[in-house]
Amino acid sequence: MRTVKPATEARVNDRVILRVGAKILIPFILIFALYVQFHGEYGPGGGFQAGVIFAAAFILYALIYGLDAAFRVMPPQAAYACGAFGVSLYLLVGFAGMALGGEFLNYNVLAHDPVHGQHYGIIAIELGVLITVFGAMVGIFYAFAGRRRLDP
Amino acid sequence: MALGLFNYWAVIVLMMVGFYTLIARGNLVKKLIGLNIFQTSVILMYVSFGKVAEGTVPILMDAAHRSDGAMGPVLYSNPIPHVLMLTAIVVGVATLSLGLSLVVRINEAFGTIEEDEIRDESL
Amino acid sequence: MTWWVDIFLLVLLAVTGVAVIRTRNLFVAVMLAGIYSLVSAALFVVMDAVDVAFTEAAVGAGISTVLLLGTLALVGHEERAPRRSALLPLFVVFVTGGVLVYGTSQMPPFGDAANPAHQHVAPYYLEESARDIDIPNVVTSVLASYRGYDTMGETAVIFTAMVGVLLLLARGPMPRRVFHEGKWITVRPRTTREELEGAVGGGALGADGETGDGGARE
Repeated sequence: MRTVKPATEARVNDRVILRVGAKILIPFILIFALYVQFHGEYGPGGGFQAGVIFAAAFILYALIYGLDAAFRVMPPQAAYACGAFGVSLYLLVGFAGMALGGEFLNYNVLAHDPVHGQHYGIIAIELGVLITVFGAMVGIFYAFAGRRRLDP
Repeated sequence: MALGLFNYWAVIVLMMVGFYTLIARGNLVKKLIGLNIFQTSVILMYVSFGKVAEGTVPILMDAAHRSDGAMGPVLYSNPIPHVLMLTAIVVGVATLSLGLSLVVRINEAFGTIEEDEIRDESL
Repeated sequence: MTWWVDIFLLVLLAVTGVAVIRTRNLFVAVMLAGIYSLVSAALFVVMDAVDVAFTEAAVGAGISTVLLLGTLALVGHEERAPRRSALLPLFVVFVTGGVLVYGTSQMPPFGDAANPAHQHVAPYYLEESARDIDIPNVVTSVLASYRGYDTMGETAVIFTAMVGVLLLLARGPMPRRVFHEGKWITVRPRTTREELEGAVGGGALGADGETGDGGARE
């Protein structure tokens, strides 16, 4: 004979696996995103992939622990600011090239020799892309998740 | 890969599957899913344009590290379609997110996301 | 040797696509779209496009699925049966497919190294990237350095998408200033015109009932 658990008790117990699993996985997802970002020059990867994976960790946290907990960790205004900051960083690198004597987005002039200048330029703009993609994905998710369903 | 043009035709079939979903179904979310499939198939087509038959991934390696053991220069697949398609994928998700937010607002304004019902209601 | 992998993945994609057309449960359609993205990521790897495969797996099978599921939670799961006949869409699809097949009939065969697409700029990038930029991944060097303008535009597109979605969907109205009866006053969000008319004498706050605040519900 089976006893049926009351609904609330069943729900709390069900979520233990999800909560513990997410707690273990999220740091590794973040580190993997940083790995993809910095090794994008030596293998497949780069700013876009890394930004999406980084955002996926925060989205997982929001799905498991609730939107309020996610807002405490990453406030929506911070996500919007990240979205804007990455584009600004990209433009800053471009204008830095102009300030140092070259054209817009010329990386050769950023360091003592062109190859090193290219390296610095690529690292900086990939960082900008990472921050913007991360901010945009998290911001868009917050916009969808924060909207309550309107039943007629 | 002695497939001739078969690869291109198969991708055209996939594109038409997505296109049919886009134009023949009235549900707005279904249309957007069809658009997503159409976009992915177009990207597949461009990437298959860039494939070189004996080539490898466009990540530079020394001739000494080649996996098939032969010496001589390494043949790479064309990296330019890959770069363009990276941009295309990201633009595709931007379009999808804007389309979906419009669908949410349409649903709140009209109470439905079926194209026929929206047209009947707005007449 | 890998042509059978190619054909198997293409057939899998076709079956998934047809299943998306035929199912009427939108949740199933979203999951199938995620499967479609993941299988095409595998096909990209077969075509030597590892960066594209990575991005398609992360963005197509990850973010797109999350956004579609978020929308389904807000709008509902079922699709109504189609009312119109399918003949005209089928005709349009066949005509378009026929034109595209005709367009590819004069292309060089798949994988040909003498393809015009591989002639002008691509060998330059592959050869000069080692000398100019000295990083192994040619796709990153082209994306970040040789075609850096396009990547800047792409980043701006992502930012614009975020701004657009926020304008349409984000909650959290902010206090704003309205010009009422000759002077500017700051109003709290979601106060009605009656409160404004009644309360402005005491220097309090009011607002019009418009949703100028980023789409909060009425």
